[in-house]
Parts: sequence; C-alpha cells; structure tokens
Amino acid sequence: MTIKRRQFLGHMAAGSAVLTVPAFLSGCSIQQATAVTDPTPENPFMDWFGVDQATVAKVMSELTANGADAADLYFQHSRSNSLSLEDGIVSNANSNIRQGVGLRVVIGEQTGYAFTEDLTLPSMLAAARTASAIANGSRTVAPQSFTPKDMGGLYTTTVPWADVGIDQKLPVLKYIEKQAKAKDPAVDKVSVYWADSDERVMIATLDGVLVTDHRPMTRATVLVTAKKGDEVQSGYSNIAAREEFGWYTEERLDTMIQEAVDRTMILFDARRPPAGEMPVILAAGASGILLHEAIGHGMEADFNRKGTSIYSDMMGKKVAEPFVTVVDQATIPRERGALNYDDEGNKAGRTVMVENGVLKSYLHDQISAKQYDLQPTGSGRRESYRFAPMPRMSCTFMEDGPHTKEEIIKAVDNGIICETFTNGQVQIGAGDYTFYVKNGWLVEGGRVTAPIKDVNIIGNGPESLKRITMVANDARLDTGGWTCGKNGQSVPVSQGIPTVLVSNMTVGGENAS
Amino acid sequence: MPANLKDQAVHAVELARKAGAEDAWANANQSRDVEFEYRDGALEKVKDTTSRTLGVKIYADGRYSSHQTTDLNPERLGGFINEAVAITRALEPDDYRKITPEELFANRPTDDLDLVDTTVAVLDRDQRLAWCEALDTVSTGHDRVISATAGVYDGTQQSASASSNGFVGSQESTYCWFGSSVTLRDAGDKRAEDGFYAGGAHVEDLPDAAAVGQVALDRALSRLDSEKGPSVKTAMIVDSRAAASLIGRLMRPANAGSVQQGRSFWAPLIGEQAFSDKLTIVDDPLIKRGLASRHYDSEGISAKALPIVENGVVKNIYVDTYYGRKGDMAPTTGSASNRRIALGEQSLVQLLAAVGNGVYVTSWLGGNADSTTGDFSLGLRGHMVENGQIGRPVGEMNVTGNLKDLFGKLEMVGNDPYPYSSTLAPSLVFVDVDFSGA
Repeated sequence: MTIKRRQFLGHMAAGSAVLTVPAFLSGCSIQQATAVTDPTPENPFMDWFGVDQATVAKVMSELTANGADAADLYFQHSRSNSLSLEDGIVSNANSNIRQGVGLRVVIGEQTGYAFTEDLTLPSMLAAARTASAIANGSRTVAPQSFTPKDMGGLYTTTVPWADVGIDQKLPVLKYIEKQAKAKDPAVDKVSVYWADSDERVMIATLDGVLVTDHRPMTRATVLVTAKKGDEVQSGYSNIAAREEFGWYTEERLDTMIQEAVDRTMILFDARRPPAGEMPVILAAGASGILLHEAIGHGMEADFNRKGTSIYSDMMGKKVAEPFVTVVDQATIPRERGALNYDDEGNKAGRTVMVENGVLKSYLHDQISAKQYDLQPTGSGRRESYRFAPMPRMSCTFMEDGPHTKEEIIKAVDNGIICETFTNGQVQIGAGDYTFYVKNGWLVEGGRVTAPIKDVNIIGNGPESLKRITMVANDARLDTGGWTCGKNGQSVPVSQGIPTVLVSNMTVGGENAS
Repeated sequence: MPANLKDQAVHAVELARKAGAEDAWANANQSRDVEFEYRDGALEKVKDTTSRTLGVKIYADGRYSSHQTTDLNPERLGGFINEAVAITRALEPDDYRKITPEELFANRPTDDLDLVDTTVAVLDRDQRLAWCEALDTVSTGHDRVISATAGVYDGTQQSASASSNGFVGSQESTYCWFGSSVTLRDAGDKRAEDGFYAGGAHVEDLPDAAAVGQVALDRALSRLDSEKGPSVKTAMIVDSRAAASLIGRLMRPANAGSVQQGRSFWAPLIGEQAFSDKLTIVDDPLIKRGLASRHYDSEGISAKALPIVENGVVKNIYVDTYYGRKGDMAPTTGSASNRRIALGEQSLVQLLAAVGNGVYVTSWLGGNADSTTGDFSLGLRGHMVENGQIGRPVGEMNVTGNLKDLFGKLEMVGNDPYPYSSTLAPSLVFVDVDFSGA
C-alpha cells in the first residue's frame, strides 16, 4: 500500500527513536519500505513530495517558457542522522532533514538554476521563472506527463534507516569503544562517530522521463588516541557503504577497530622519510586516491570541453603502459559511490577512462555529451537540490595487472610504500596533484624496513601515469568513506587499486642536515 | 530583518518546552544567494536562490541533541520537534551538556558592525553582467588564454536565535564577491592556471573589476614554465594569501574540544612561550565590516576580542561551554571570528630583500597536518628567491615539518594583511624549512 507523505511524516518521530517509543512503531515503517522498493502506478515518490503529474508538468512548462535544450526538476528529501561517543558515553546526536526541488534549464552551454524548499505550486512556479530567465527564446514544448523508469536495484534495503532506533545503534558505538580500548593498554581515549541517511530523489526531465531512486548511506568512524609517557598519537579508521543496519557485523567492525589501533600504535615508531624524488609503491585499496587525483578529475568532461584540463587534447593517445586500465563504475552494488541513476536521470554505468594504456573516454554529463556528440556516461552528479549537476566520479579503480606485490617490493631499492591516506588535491590544468600519506613504510634494498608517517606526495598526472611501471594482481576497493569536493559540492565516492609502482614521485620529507 | 525569523525561533523554543524539553535553543536562518558565471565572453550560468533552515538544540533529562530542517511547513514543525525531544531522551545523560549560562549573554556589544549594504539586495542583472565583462576583458584575446571564467557572487544572510533561558538575538549581513580564474596554454599539454577573487560586505569596498581580472591573469601568467624546485633546507617566504591558510592550519586544534580529547598539540602550550615572539594573534569579532564579525557566537556568548597568542605566548584557546565544563576551562567562544595578526614594518619586497635566498610560496596544494603532534606536509606553488628577487616559478614541491617548530622559526612579519579573508595575515618569513623537490 502507498503511504501518503503527510501520514508518513506523522510517524517519522517514532521511526527514528524506535524502541524507546514502542507504541508508534513497526506497522507504518514496514509499509513505507514496501512503498519505496515497489513503486505502484501511482508513483509513491510523487506522493512523498506531495505533487502529481499535472503539477510537475505545469512547473516544467514554466521552466521552459523561454526555450530550453534540456531541463529538469530534481526533487530530493534526505534525512541524515549522526551520533557520537566520547569519554565512554553517547551524549550527542544530530538529525538533519533537507527537502527541496532544484530547477534547471540548459541552453547550449548556458545554465539557469533555482531551487525552492517550499514544494507548493506557487513557490515552484516562481523558482521556475527565475531559472528560465537565462533564456530569451520561444517556448519549448514541455511534456504533459512523465513516464517512470524502472527503479535500480544496486542498494535496495529491507529496513530503511528511519526504522532503526537509537537504542539499536547505541550498543554498536559502545562495542566499538570497548574493543578499541581492549586492543592495547596504551589506548587512552576512543571516539566513535556514526552516520546514516535515507535519501529519496525524483527527477523529471524535459524528455518526459521520471526517475526515482532511494539512496541509503552509512558510515562508522573510530578515532583512537594513545599515550606512551609524554608522547600522544592519534589515528582513525572508518567504513562506509550504501547499506543498512545489518551490514555492521562484529567481524566488519573488528577489522575497522584493529586498523585504527594499528595505525595509531605504529606512529610511536614512525619517522619522516628523506625528502625528494624516489620510487613510490601504492598499497592495494585506498591508494586509489592516486587515480582520483592524477587522472579522474582531469577526465571530467566539463574541464575538457572548456579546454582547461591537461587531458583536453589526449583522447585516443597512449598515456600509460598496456597493463594500465582505469575505470569509473557506478554500478558496483552497495559501494559508497554507487548510483542507479545519475542526478540528471541518466542510467549510471561503467566508463573505461584508460584502456590498456590508451585514453578512451571522459566522464560526461548532458552538456558535455551534447558538445562532443556522445551519449552521457551517467556521470552528472550534484550534492543536493541546491546545486546544478556536473561531471563527477563514482567508484574509480584500476584493474589487475601482471605483477605481484612481492615482485614490486623487491624491485625497489630506496623508496616508500603508501598505505593510508587522509586527503588529496589536484590542479586540473597543470596536472599537479597531491595526496597525504598518514601511514607508510620505507623500502630499502627490496625489503620493507621502517614505518613512516605524515608525508605529502606530489606528482604530475600524465607523468605519473607514464611512470606506472608495475601493477600487481591484488586489486581491491577501499572500504573507507571518501567524499569528493569540486566547485563547492561534496559527493560520496569510492576508489580502489592493486599494488602499483610509480617509478618516481616527490615525497615530502626531511633533508639531510 | 524580517520579524518572522525571530518569531520562528521563539516559537520553536516554545514547542520544544511543550514537548518536554527543560531547555532549548533555536536558530532560524534565511539566505538569498545569486551567482553569475561568465566564460570567454558569454554568460554561462545564473543561479538565484532563497533558502531557509530551522535548527533546534534540545536539553532534556540531562541529555542533549541538535536537529535541523528545511521543511518549515507549520503543520509538520510540531512533529519535527516532538521527534527531536524523543531522540534526545534515547541518548545517555551527560552532566556537562547544559544550555549556555545566562551570564555569558551579558554585555552583548551594540557596536554598529556595518555588515549590511542595502544596495546588495537590489543589484540587478545589468550590474552583475557589467562586472563580469570587466573582469573578463583583460583575458579576452590574450594569445595565451585558453579559457577564463569570471564570477559574481552576492547575497544576504539573516539569522535569529532564541533560547529558553532568555536569549533573543538576530544578525544580518550582506556579501558581494567577484573575480576570475584563468587557464593559459603552457609547455606541451600543460596549462598554467590561477585566479583572484575580492569581496566584502559592501559593494563600495570592492576594487575595480578590471583590476581584479588583471591580477587573476597576472597570477596565471606568473605560473608559465613552472618547474620542480630543489630538495633543500632554506628560508620560506609565504605571501599574505597563503599565510592566512597556514595560520588557519596552525589554529585548527586550538580549541577546548581537541585539548580535552587529547588530540591537540596546543594542550601543553597554554600559558607557555610556544612560538616565535614575532607571532601575535587576536580573535576580533568586532571589526567594522569584518568578514566574520558578530555580536554573539553560535551559543549566544557575547562577542569580545580574545588574545590567542601574544608575542609567541599562548594566552587563550577557543573554549565552548560544553568542553569548557568538561575540561575545566572558562568558556571564551567556541568558534573563530576575524583573526588579526600583528603586523611588522616591512613590505613583501623588503622581506624578500632581507631574506636573500629561499622559496616564496604563493599557494598550497593539498597536504595536511596531524592535530595531535603538529606534524605537517604540504604541497606548494611559488617561486625561487635569489638575491632578494622573485625568480623562476616552481611547483610540484612539498614543505614538511612540525607546526609548533615552524612557528618557532618565524623570523619576520610583513605589513601587508590580506584583506579578503577573515584571517588578516601578512606575509610571513620562516627559516630552516625542509623543502622536497627534484
């Protein structure tokens, strides 16, 4: 059965506090889950946002009154919950409801954008008039109805986050703290941060298409502070996915906790490597940050259609050894960067950016795809209804190569291994990019010798690609909760890589005095 | 200031009390934001939005939580607040979670901070377009320019707060910024790029748009033929714009939360001669037309100037009421406002001459710092300094060290505060800094 939005909101209080207020519980929420995963001809998302076909058609007509090549209405409702544990107690929670509709009209390369958080017809019409002011042509014929596309199934949940009460989450936070403290007597303080969200998106396009998506997300983070004498060190680990509560098994949590404690304790023995150029081994998994910064951003087609990326004139050229294949793929189930549809309503997919060393495809949104006369790659994403979409990455990774991790370490005489990372950045035009290594190792004479810490690494994208001289067969995606920022918009992403050798990069370290 | 924001906040507090909260704090915000982007001679994007948010902080049964919503439908507001109280009750009690004590509301300044320019609200399309064109003109037709994007960003922000223990306040400010980013053809496939943006609360304080476009173009031109500099230990001269961001990095763990949680290298430095005696930092919320000026902070604590570092001695850190109680520190304010850095007497040119040789940093690229230890490593762009002159452009380099040690090696401070940041930092000179390059 379909639940009207207003009815549901009346119950939402119960949903989020669950077992503590048992009287309000289950019935409604189970129905809501059904309504979300099993759309009926009367689209439940339309009900959710309190609109119908006629209303959406009226707003679309107003939006395109001065002409449009493309136009869309992006309805979004998101509810995010967070909890934190410090000093042994969970005494801070936050919830955030964001609801609104973004209205966009595109003419050539021009975009008009407005949004409103008031989903009444007069407010939406007013916003549509504001957005349409970019254009000064004649009216485009807008569709009278919108045909729903099938919902994707990449991250279907059985229990939406609205039905998981704090009393269920609280013991998980307590468990993480207890286990982290038990791992090492030097552990002094443990903080745990929890986040979950349910997001509903409904996109109506000028082509008469209606796309709906229900996007769950969760992330758990543990931060450890350890003391040895006067010395204090801290480290962290986190895991994230488009998942539901049951995903947090003890095994999964224990892996995260062990990582956080290990990453912290090793810092007491870690030092800075020598400064300068040297071979850099990227450990499998999180080192995918290299791909994100060194090539991924430069392959976003908005930069290339403007000619501002260092990759603008490299399509079809050899950029790396034949064993290097780099992919951006939104269709890996339940990954943090996964998407059924992008935020323009296009089916999200798999884009091979570099195939066997040759540059194959940029990441396109509708505007760039039209300019290049290609199909969009489903890469148009936005942070929320408050923003116009642009080309973005989803899950970016390198496929397996012909070498092994052991062969790679043996091949390095004086260099480092990068293992955990906090952040990275790139200059699109110059191609210079960086990533910050929190933990790593020195490699001397083909052997791993000593731990290192707090090193920024800087390189040049195309040069680094050329210098990937070995790629191992142990590719994996990182489980951490990465967020990518571009032009003031943040979106969740994933990344992965096998063990890789870059023959030369500039490592932040200490000069011999 | 529309009275309805204040009414909304007061109403939300009443609803929270009715729902069983002992104490509550509510915040109602509204903003209008307009964005014009203009690329290579044509308008590319116009965004014009009005946004509203309501936030509540709930104190019930010795417990606390905070909530925000953009759904201000009066029929649903009651449900939102009932839920907020229910969530609060599901948490664990914490004796340190209490509403801001009334005495911290006392002596709220009444200075006219002059944060509202009424002409911002009536800026029209023609004016914004004229600025875009002026910003763009210098780049148009330049033989090296691949693309230049000019932008104008303006708006009004209004907020009102109310609490169950008698706080009522409202603040309003306008902003208007413009500038451009320029990409130039460089060697091979490389593009040189940089940008420059200026702004403030008042339109009349804006520099000439064409001059801003010229600075952006000049900054990009100075990046042409950039190379990797050497791995070397030498002096570092940080320009005022990059210095603002470096000071921000230094101060990130200078707060009671980080100290109480054992994750701040500032913890053992409080009251100590921690840094070079050339360093003095004051948090000053009462600067007229300041980018982060305010009469009270997000907890309602009345604004006043707060010395953070005085001649290298740590005088205060940022202390909010929660971590203050928990860590036994008197609350100051939980968050930064404007930061004034005491100036020296020399210009950048004089500083460079005095230094002789080193690396002049104009911007950072990535990097990070460990807030517990102060260990940092940052990517940078800039120029070599040779015989007191700005020399060849360098990039693809890192600077690595420890923030406490670095600011112990602050040798000289310029007289040129960067006006387009709430951290009013001048050029800074450090000695014996580790650079990684070729």
